[in-house]
Amino acid sequence: MNSLTDLLIDLIIILIFLSGFSRFRTPGAARTGNLSAAFALALALVVVMARHRIMQPHVVIIALMIGSVLGWLVAMRVNMIQIPAMVAFQHGAGGIAAFLVSFVELTRNVLPGFGVEKISGLLGLTIGALTFSGSMIASGKLANILKGPPVRLPGHSLITLGLIVLIIFTAYFTGSPQAPLLNVLLVVLVAESVMLGLVFSIRIGGADMPVLISFLNATAGLAAAFCGVIIHNRLLIACGATVAASGSILTHVMCRAMNRNLLQVFIGFRVKDAADPVRVFFGEGEVTDAVTVTEEEPAPEPVRHADPLAEAIEACRNAENIVFIPGYGMAFAQAQFDVVAFAAMLEESGKNVRFAIHPVAGRMPGHMDVLLAEANLSFDKRVDIDDINPDFENTDLVIVVGACDVVNPAAITMKNTPISGMPILMAHLARRILICNLDEKPGYSGIDNPLYRNEKAILLLGDARETFRKLTEAYSSSLN
Amino acid sequence: MSELLIMLAVFVLSIIIGYLLISKVPNMLHTPLMSMTNAISAVTILGALLVFAVKPDLTETLLGAAAIALAAFNVVGGFTITERMLRMFKSRKE
Repeated sequence: MNSLTDLLIDLIIILIFLSGFSRFRTPGAARTGNLSAAFALALALVVVMARHRIMQPHVVIIALMIGSVLGWLVAMRVNMIQIPAMVAFQHGAGGIAAFLVSFVELTRNVLPGFGVEKISGLLGLTIGALTFSGSMIASGKLANILKGPPVRLPGHSLITLGLIVLIIFTAYFTGSPQAPLLNVLLVVLVAESVMLGLVFSIRIGGADMPVLISFLNATAGLAAAFCGVIIHNRLLIACGATVAASGSILTHVMCRAMNRNLLQVFIGFRVKDAADPVRVFFGEGEVTDAVTVTEEEPAPEPVRHADPLAEAIEACRNAENIVFIPGYGMAFAQAQFDVVAFAAMLEESGKNVRFAIHPVAGRMPGHMDVLLAEANLSFDKRVDIDDINPDFENTDLVIVVGACDVVNPAAITMKNTPISGMPILMAHLARRILICNLDEKPGYSGIDNPLYRNEKAILLLGDARETFRKLTEAYSSSLN
Repeated sequence: MSELLIMLAVFVLSIIIGYLLISKVPNMLHTPLMSMTNAISAVTILGALLVFAVKPDLTETLLGAAAIALAAFNVVGGFTITERMLRMFKSRKE
């Protein structure tokens, strides 16, 4: 296993993996990237089988078949709305595999004291187990089986801290191994880690789900890497570490897009005196019309149009440049097909139509792009927040569909709210704003959205699917 | 000892190279990226196979088989979903 040839083979497989990652620049290339990563994993499997004589091959083959067939069946049936729940569930499956392997290895090669292998095995066990339970909670929340809002137990942070201390304590006792006591200790360790994962993730909910799922992506990778150290397998270490890096990057991107730091998300800690929100993200002068309003100030009533549908059609007809802003509400109403169909109709009548995608639109990083791709929107129609924001002043009409917090001007005009300083899509700078949300309630942040009361706004409230069918009908008859 | 050093080097280098490659992935592809890395993290399937490299007792057989099945679920499911998602992305030229 230590020979140079083995090392070379491992390195080649790792290179194929990494080349897979490097293909993730455009969707077409990413397909070959995904295939080459799958190929590398298959190759690794063959190499392991060639290097070691596998006992009980019938058990191995049956287990492989069952897992693969189930994985394939589920993957073919799941729809794009369910992707986040499915991915979270798979993180959990990976977590179980990691802690089971660590468990077997720890009990098999009983090592006294705390060598690198021992510590790695314990880490693989703990992180794998908490990834499992955390992912099950996340998956339940994303699938709407569990309630979305965060659950806070009395003394939540203390319980978390207590569990961590308990885990370190239990792990310390495994230093003097005396099976079967060792087995008992390891089972206790798994139970404590599962508890930690539960306590940790029930506290996170609502808008923070993209952060949680990215974080679990990272811990699943980390568990695999530690697992690799105890079995002396470089492929496991390399793959696990790369996945951990990827999950960490996504976690960071999500936190930045929501103006939250990890501590705020994980232990509910909130910065009391946030920095001047306007200056954090936009240079001075860029947002000249920003005014600081306080919540006590009486809010102006929203403009009520006698016939908002007719007003909306009029606005569409007069517009040259139209930007759609989809949010999770659109996905929740399953309206993406109707929205894209309406957009196509606008485009056919000569309008310039684009979709502005906020990084946290949807329930996991990049979820909205997948939903729109499913609805056959070509991806050259989508724009990122940094590219569209300077352009909103030249936009004739913004059509908001099921999005609230990501277009809430309060993020840049109000201090000390959960969204203060969050980068938003500057819809309020457009000439007209058509809002097709379910109701006027605030988004996940709970902060009222002044956009609803903007004099340029037209409110078309109700089920987005219904709304867009009406819009499509009314617009097509207005063309004739 | 040299083996430990190699393992440490592999760990650190993978994190660095992974970081460099993945920070360039556009936002648009973040869901397929996570779905693919999710499949890759089930590389623990190699570890689960190695459980059977030494003659396992009954408990080990059961735990090992469970680990193999779950990891296989994760690997196959992850790569399949990623492929399904990526196939949906179309540009106007196509």
